[in-house]
Amino acid sequence: MNNKKGKIIDKLIPAAVILLVLIVWQTACSLKWVPGYMLPSPINVVKAFVTDFHELMINSKATLYEAVLGLTIGVLMGFFCAAIMDVLPSVKSALYPILVLTQTIPPVAIAPLLILWFKYGIAPKVILVVLVSFFPMAVGLLEGFQSVDSDMIKLMKSMKANKWQIFWNVKFPNALGAFFSGLKIAVAYSVVGAVIAEWLGGTEGLGVYMTRVKKSYQFDRMFAVIFFVSAISLILMEFVKLLQHYSMPWEHVKDK
Amino acid sequence: MSEILKAENISKSFSDKDVLKNITLTLNEGELVCLLGVSGVGKTTLFNVLSGLTKPDSGSVMLKNKDNDEWEDVTGKNGYLSYMLQKDLLLPNKYVIDNVALPLTLHKMSKKEAREEAMSHFKRFGLEGCEKKYPAQLSGGMRQRAALLRTYLCKNKVALLDEPFSALDTITRSSMQEWYLDVMEEIKLSTIFITHDIDEAILISDRIYIMKGNPAVLSDEIKINEKKPRTQDFTLTNEFLEYKKTIKEKLG
Repeated sequence: MNNKKGKIIDKLIPAAVILLVLIVWQTACSLKWVPGYMLPSPINVVKAFVTDFHELMINSKATLYEAVLGLTIGVLMGFFCAAIMDVLPSVKSALYPILVLTQTIPPVAIAPLLILWFKYGIAPKVILVVLVSFFPMAVGLLEGFQSVDSDMIKLMKSMKANKWQIFWNVKFPNALGAFFSGLKIAVAYSVVGAVIAEWLGGTEGLGVYMTRVKKSYQFDRMFAVIFFVSAISLILMEFVKLLQHYSMPWEHVKDK
Repeated sequence: MSEILKAENISKSFSDKDVLKNITLTLNEGELVCLLGVSGVGKTTLFNVLSGLTKPDSGSVMLKNKDNDEWEDVTGKNGYLSYMLQKDLLLPNKYVIDNVALPLTLHKMSKKEAREEAMSHFKRFGLEGCEKKYPAQLSGGMRQRAALLRTYLCKNKVALLDEPFSALDTITRSSMQEWYLDVMEEIKLSTIFITHDIDEAILISDRIYIMKGNPAVLSDEIKINEKKPRTQDFTLTNEFLEYKKTIKEKLG
């Protein structure tokens, strides 16, 4: 009972804070503490969202397509890379530093290069998404593969299991938690990555739309699209959580 | 009783530290032999050698072949002896039944057949009704029984058990020992059992090897003549105390 109450309060607190921020924001705009062209009021943002709804939907389709395609490739590559690094330590010592190095390069910096190399189509966007989603997957999975209890491996070997059997029966399930943690991050990165790539050129997508409204100083529409992008990321992350819940039923069994 | 396993002159050292020195032991068919020694003396290392996980520096492990009764050299070879490690090591993501059937599915038996075979032992191992539960839903004693059943289903003639009851509380532990004595009567598995608990060793073994020293040697061998099946009542008899006294002197 108490626990239930606590849970409701836990959810109420952040909702109250968000509401408070919205109220302060709206008051600041209504009382003209901040000029309207610099900071649109929340109500205006909602209005802009409603008017632009159709256009946002069309553009989000392109962005989502790039994000999901890039994410899929990134996840698969991350998986294979992690698996190879796990099986062959020499590959790990060769590859790992390069992996870390690539992560220090900001995606905004390589996006123009990718456009230069791969032109204005979908390719540079997908490639950027692959680059940003690959790393959290590879690192997370490798960590998961290698954190297996060494006694478990001993036991499997004593049962004469081969490397492949040890991988599927022990290492892979052990890495699932890390896989989903990585996937949550990768999902958020992939949407942002796609939007960044679209800023720099292209014909459709939320990033293209964003640059267009920015150029015409329509800040209410700008805010609407920003919120929309973060909403998409949040929904995708929730979807990953749901997927995790159903693919790892043993994590939430109770009765003894 | 005929010999089924013999280890001869086994020595092992790790980076200049000698752990095992000239260890020779034998195991007869259907016999339960205990390796008794203080923690850290090298009992687990010896098991790793016997099971083939670790290669000894010298010496050999010989196992009598199931079919033709000839001695086979299994030194450094995995899969000839069933090994139960100290932890239960059940896979958290698999149902109890699939955990237990793992040695069968690893050897290419279909999941359905493996489950059926595993299922046929659930009653004897006191695991009825747990088939479709996850290990996290089981008590410590039940997890240990599941791990024992998995070890049994490895279907080797010899089982190595590394302190299988040491993580349990005293009460669960003595009921597990009694249950184990019963099961052993039925399944007649030749077993080497590690323990650092003198009472446990006397209660369940036919023979006890005392392991001590640095590097470790098998200093003494004690035969427990009390007939089986035994119960916990044996621990209250004078003979039991005599054995205990002898062992304490030899360990000390």
